[in-house]
Amino acid sequence: MTDLNSLPLDGLHRELGAKMVPFAGYEMPVQYAAGVMQEHLHTRSAAGLFDVSHMGQVILRGADYAAAALALETLVPVNIAGLGLNRQRYGIFTNDQGGILDDLMLANRGDHLFVVVNAACKDADIAHLRANLPAEITIEVIEDRALLALQGPASEAALARLNPAVADMKFMDVATVDLCGAQCWVSRSGYTGEDGYEISVPAPQAEELARMLLADDSVMPIGLGARDSLRLEGGLCLYGHDIDTGTTPVEAGLTWAIQKIRRTGGARAGGFPGADRILTELDKGALRSRVGLRPEGRAPMREGVQLFADADGGDPVGHVTSGGFGPSVGGPVAMGYVPADLSAPGTLLYGEVRGKRLPVQVAALPFIPANFKR
Amino acid sequence: MIKYTEEHEWLRVDGDLVIVGITEHASTQLGDVVFVELPEIGTIVAAGDEVAVIESVKAASDISAPLDGEIVEVNEALVDEPGKVNQDPMGEAWFFKMKIDDMSALDAFMTEDAYNDLIG
Repeated sequence: MTDLNSLPLDGLHRELGAKMVPFAGYEMPVQYAAGVMQEHLHTRSAAGLFDVSHMGQVILRGADYAAAALALETLVPVNIAGLGLNRQRYGIFTNDQGGILDDLMLANRGDHLFVVVNAACKDADIAHLRANLPAEITIEVIEDRALLALQGPASEAALARLNPAVADMKFMDVATVDLCGAQCWVSRSGYTGEDGYEISVPAPQAEELARMLLADDSVMPIGLGARDSLRLEGGLCLYGHDIDTGTTPVEAGLTWAIQKIRRTGGARAGGFPGADRILTELDKGALRSRVGLRPEGRAPMREGVQLFADADGGDPVGHVTSGGFGPSVGGPVAMGYVPADLSAPGTLLYGEVRGKRLPVQVAALPFIPANFKR
Repeated sequence: MIKYTEEHEWLRVDGDLVIVGITEHASTQLGDVVFVELPEIGTIVAAGDEVAVIESVKAASDISAPLDGEIVEVNEALVDEPGKVNQDPMGEAWFFKMKIDDMSALDAFMTEDAYNDLIG
């Protein structure tokens, strides 16, 4: 049996009564005593603290920011060179077929680029960077920092109690902030659709920071179960499920992340893997689309459910890539891929659940409106 | 008198019927229940047949028939309020009632003490 890694805050999670499960090679809290439903609802009404230390944190350095940014642009179809100082942006690694290798956050930190990648893809992403970036770009894998996320409408007040400077941050700002004496790298961003912060903290100081935040009445610890239901309601992709090497960013509805400068006619058009396919799809449209799905009944439609255009007969037209119950929506929600001509919100389709075809409507994303501090 | 199955169901005799539900232990393990699908009244079942579906936020699970018999009543309240399974799994959140051929078959199941030993 492969040994699982432990998070820096493993002891704290167990002390808080977490149910631990294996995820991406780590033992992680899937829920605490409150349970997935309460943890989810609390995050949308107050504040939730998530341990996401399993994710990969990487620093790229070149002769200057522009050198590192332009180098990373050869792998990511995003305007990285034009990203403002202490600003963060969402990005993806693409492959030669125009598929997605991983999704990530990247930030301009002046003398370096700070990149956060998914845990499951960490090793492959680092190998990808090492294999493809020019030798002058140094790649530093950060192994001694934990990563916490504080999300929800009460996040600003809770974190500002530790350092009032965080209240001045807008959505996607990044700053180095002293929190409980620890030098933290903080971004105003997250994976829930709520206002909040993601905090990189030196591992030895993570527990004190976590306990300090949890001491705030409005903050509860939140596990992976609620993290998943929150991001699903927010219409956010989960790599390996809603996006993977078989989906292009255009199919996935992520064109907003590809700034004009990297598209046909832009000053730095193309120049990333799969550009031919992706730029063509940007111009002409893709044959299928990721959509939101709202089953009409109460039965959840989960990943793998086949979608049909009719109540009887015909071949599947699409499938569910993420699905479950949305506690804030109060009913089942899902995302999946359907042909572009069946992707308009309101389109009625049928999902096959336990051998029966049940009605499901295409729905606009997100299911719950976002609350970013813009 | 309540009997328990290894699949964490409880069985209670009510006249010539057997009422079936899931135990507190099972409902805690499942987490917040968000969906229940009950069998049709009149369904003839064999022991081990999947007879009802319970879903939590994260996963789908099912209840199997403990014995051969016929489903004669189902608890419709669980369809509108699946959360009842977490609130009162041993009482209000019974799933279905069945008519079985031989009541003595219940002797084979666990007593409360034996079940408590099982769940430790």
